[in-house]
Parts: sequence; structure tokens; C-alpha cells
Amino acid sequence: MNSRLSSIIRKEFIQILRDKRTLVLILVIPVMQLFLLGYSTTNDVRNVALAVVDQSLSSESRQLVDAFRAADYFEISHSPASEDVLGELIDSGQAKAGMIIPPTYAQDVANGTAQVAFIIDGSDPTIAATSLSAAQLIGQNAATKILMAKINRTGGQILPPVEIRTTVWYNPDMVSAYFMIPGVIGMILFAITAILTATAVVRERERGTIEQLIVTPIRPWELVLGKILPYTILALFDTLEVLFIGHVWFHIPIRSSLILIVGISSIFLLSGLGIGLFASTIANTQQEAMLTVWMTLLPSIFLSGFFFPIEAMPGFLQLISYAIPLRYYLSIIRVLLLKGVGLSAITMDVIALTLFGIFIMGAASLRFRKRLD
Amino acid sequence: MNETVIKTQDLTRKFGSFVAVDKLNFSVSAGEIIGFLGPNGCGKTTTFRMLLGLLTPSSGNATVLGFDVIKDTDQIRQQIGYMSQKFAIYDDLTVKENVSFYGGVYGVANSAAIDACLEFTGMAQHSKTLTRELATGWRQRLALSIALVHQPKLLFLDEPTSGVDPLARRDFWDMIYNLADQGVTVLVTTHYMDEAEYCGRVAMMREGKLLAMDTPLHLKHQIVTGKAAEIACTDIISMMDWCENQPIVQKYSLAGNHIKVILQKGVRKKDLRNNLDKDGVKYDSVSAAEPGLDDVFGLLARSSKLAEINP
Repeated sequence: MNSRLSSIIRKEFIQILRDKRTLVLILVIPVMQLFLLGYSTTNDVRNVALAVVDQSLSSESRQLVDAFRAADYFEISHSPASEDVLGELIDSGQAKAGMIIPPTYAQDVANGTAQVAFIIDGSDPTIAATSLSAAQLIGQNAATKILMAKINRTGGQILPPVEIRTTVWYNPDMVSAYFMIPGVIGMILFAITAILTATAVVRERERGTIEQLIVTPIRPWELVLGKILPYTILALFDTLEVLFIGHVWFHIPIRSSLILIVGISSIFLLSGLGIGLFASTIANTQQEAMLTVWMTLLPSIFLSGFFFPIEAMPGFLQLISYAIPLRYYLSIIRVLLLKGVGLSAITMDVIALTLFGIFIMGAASLRFRKRLD
Repeated sequence: MNETVIKTQDLTRKFGSFVAVDKLNFSVSAGEIIGFLGPNGCGKTTTFRMLLGLLTPSSGNATVLGFDVIKDTDQIRQQIGYMSQKFAIYDDLTVKENVSFYGGVYGVANSAAIDACLEFTGMAQHSKTLTRELATGWRQRLALSIALVHQPKLLFLDEPTSGVDPLARRDFWDMIYNLADQGVTVLVTTHYMDEAEYCGRVAMMREGKLLAMDTPLHLKHQIVTGKAAEIACTDIISMMDWCENQPIVQKYSLAGNHIKVILQKGVRKKDLRNNLDKDGVKYDSVSAAEPGLDDVFGLLARSSKLAEINP
């Protein structure tokens, strides 16, 4: 390695290691984010508080309530005496759903005309949607059971005409963390490389050292490479750290080879480094650099499918998402970790990611010239 | 020894419609110490930046060490040292780490060369000190060490002594003389008049133009044609008012507790006393004085202003 490049790298490492506070942040923040997002961003709705007004108080109504109690979607939290009290419980948020069984329920069941009212608090759409489908499913099951019992009693024989047997692949228990943690890895890689690169370059401008560096024989590519290489290594270390904790603590499967994962992560790093470098050519202060990076960070997180599926977005947002490198990396890393397939299944995404990285790095390097004007 | 190190031809730099440096023509020989003198914004730093290849000239051209500043910046950079106004130091590195880093960038890898450089600037005793703990005078020496680490033939110092105490300034100039003795050419900007006196030649700049460039002695003889005198008095304000309207006074300025005047050519101290007496202005004494570079600058600045009004 030439002495100019190795000098920059050595200096950069001394500075990183000497700034203990930043170093700790670089190493600890990813773990914090992992735990925070691993636990908080779960879509698994369980134990929704359900208030039941049973005006029938019959064995039939008790059977229905038991069916709801048995499913772990609901927890019978209250048994109010009247509809008015139920309304108050939902208003105050103590109950998220309510069921009203009319006094005539037992007779209606016998006549085949029974109706039960089910009320859902729609203020949280995720809870509401899950409650709705769960309530419908439990209700239909109960109805089928009643129907079959009736037919069997009259001496007939009946079996359900169609039975759907479902199998969930890759994540059979549908654990949200399996979906979130690969996303956390992508976000951390992107944020750390972009922010650190941008501030590291802008700091030189703030202190006036960039001017001194420009009058030396150092070449622009040596300066750029020497500044970003140490942060690349840190970011890759963070990747392995998050992967390790994700695997040990959250039991995320790692079904592809680690070398493939690290290799593709390195390609993805090009985009983060490029955006950081680009921000540093625009910004004059470290604060400006941070804000510029943030401006790319937020759309990256929301449009990459990190939290919400891209398929559910309006058409134009889906189009924009193609311009977001994190999108490609997320779909790659999720496939690599959960499905354990080889390179062939993710070729298009890898090509897109590589092109993006080269494009952004190229554009940033062109802007980063060795003159002040 | 008389090889030309720097030569400029109508060197000009504009920022939008503002002309920061206006058609500069000068040349510098090896081993000279050239002081650039002028107020803030007169174009000193912009001139340096063009010669260093940091800024592209808007028109005109210059050669440094025989290389074109626009096309051959790479060849120039290996042989020049630069010390900028903001000392380009990494606060979180030690003194030696700073110098070693810049040394590595220039391809000076061996530790002995780094130590020799620190020895020359008197920084050796502080080599393990973290830079942020240094006082300004030491930071200045460190910045010089950085500029010298690759033993350049040509040194650019941009206001190297601003904010440094007089004793440290004196030491600093001793080092500059030392370098010049070894054949290093030094270009230095300053706004301290006394410092300019230390230079072999002084370039006086104002509003982007080079007003004059010569040895301090020649400048004083050529530009200050009249005699200099000092008037001691108690009522300084009314004395200045009087000087303002006196045709025999070319220039006056406040110097400590007295007023320094440059008289018109051929006018003697006696004429000054006579005029003071005639107008009934009170004064304690009138004594002879030596013209300084500030007088040179004042007179030059005035005539360039007059030239603008009546070209």
C-alpha cells in the first residue's frame, strides 16, 4: 500500500480509537436499535381486551363466549351488565372490542336466526383488522359447529365440504422479529456509513485541515478511500455484531453462507458511503451534513419496505422505492437469512444494488475535487 | 542563487463581479523572504491560494518553481510547504502523530526525519503532547513543522503570527531566517508593519492590486519623499484637525501619545513650527522621526485612491 493511503488510514483509526464516546456509540447504538425494534415493532396482535354483554346467560351463549376465550386473540376482560356500560369501557380504552349476545339468543339458535353484535375500536387499524378477522373466524367456526350438531342430532351425517390446510414456509410461527432484524441490519449499515463518512469529511473542512491536505501531493481517490475504509470496517463489524445477537438472542436463522452475506453487505455499503460523501460535498458544517444524510435516511426507511410492505404502497411511491438502495438490500438480506438460497435467486437485486453503489460513489467522487473553487 | 522561483503574469481572480486579485505581475528569486502587506481582504490570501493551486486564476498565469500553476499542480505540491491562517492541526492527535501523518502524505516515512523536523522547530520536548493542550505559540510552531516536514524549497506562510505573543513572534522569525539561509524561499503575509521590516522585499497590496514591491529601505526612500516628524501635544484632536487642512502635511497618523506627520517634499521642520505658531496651535515639541512602512502604505494607498478618482 502506498504511504499516502496508509497514512490517512492510520490517522483515521487513531482518531476513531481516541474518541471513545463516539466509538462506544458506534458499537452500542446498533445493539440498542436491535432490541428496541426487535421487541417494539411487532405486528403480532394477541390478548385483545374483549368485553362481553351476555344477556342470554344460556348454555348456548356460554359456548360462544368459551370459543372466544379459547382463542388467544382475545382475553375476556369485562362482563358489563348493559350496552351502555360496554360503550363506556370502549370509550375509555379499557376494552378494545365488545360483544353483545341478545336475551333471545338460545331460542334464536334453535330457530337458526341468531345474531350477535361485535364492536371493534378502530382507532388502531392493526388491532382492529386482526380482531375483525379473528372474530369472524371464531364466529363462523361456532356457527358450523352448531349446524353440524343439529344435523347429527336429526340422524344425518355431514362433513365440511372443503378443508384448507395451510403451511407457512421459512417463518412458520410468523415471528415479527424475523422480518424486522434483517431490516435493522440494513438500516444500521446505511445510517452508520452515511453519517460517519459525511461528518468525517466535513470535520476536516471545519478545522481547515482539508486545505492543508489539498496542497499535499495526495490524490483525491487516496483521500476518499483512506477516509471511508476505516468506517467501512466499523460498519461491517456492526453487521456481524447485529447478526450475532439476532441469531443468539432472537433466534434469527442464518441460512446462507456468512461470506455471501458480508460480501453483499459490502456492495450495499458503497451506497451509504457514497451518499455520505455526497452530503459532505454539499455541507459546510457537521450539522448540515447530519441533516442532509437524515433527509435521505427517512425516505429510505419508509419506502424500502422496512416497516410496511412496498406492495401496499400507492403506485407512485412504489416507483420511487426503486430509487432506494435499501429496498434492494432488504429484500436480499431477508431472502439470505430466512430462505437460505444462493446468489441465483437474488441476481436482479444484487445487480441493481451494485449499479446504485457505483453510480452514487462515482457522482460523489466527481464532486469531491482537489480545489477550493 | 538568482534563479526565478515564482513569476506571475497579469494574475487575476474574480469572485462573481468582485475582483479579489487584479492583474498581479511580480517575480521572486530563490532564497528571498517576501512579505505581503495589506489590510484584510486586499487579496493576499487569494494570491497565495492561486500560487498553491487551491484556486484557479480567472485570467493571467503564474509559474511556481518553473511549473504552471494551472496544469502542473502535482509537480508543484511535492516541493512547497504551506501554513494556513487556521493552523491545520488535528487536535485529537499528538504533536508527533500530526507531523508523522503529514510526513506520510509526502512520502517521508522515517522517524528520524520527523524527529529532526521537530528538533528544528523546538517541538521535540512536546512530541507526545496532545495538540489540543498546546498554547497558541506552540500550535504555531507545530503548524510550521507540518509545513516543513518534507523539506520544501518554497514556503507559503499565511499570517503565521496572528494571535501569537511578541516573544514567540521573534523566535518564529529567527526560524524563518534560518530557513532562508538554507536556500528556502519564503512568502509570508502579515498585517504587522514591524514584521514586514524583517522581510527582504515587501509587496504592498490593496483592493486586489499590487501597489509596490521592493526592499523596505527602497520603499521608504522612493515613496516617502518628504521628511518625517513627530509633534508632541496635549490636544491631539485639534492637532489632527489642523494637520488635515495643512497643505505642507502629506500624511499624518496617531503614534502613541503624539502625532507623526510626513511633510511635503522640501518642507523642513522649521516650516512646520512656523505654520503652527502662525495659526496659534499649541504644541510641546516637534522632533525628527524615521518614516516607517506604515507611512509608505498610507501614501501608496492614497495615491492609488486618487488615481481611481482622476485616472
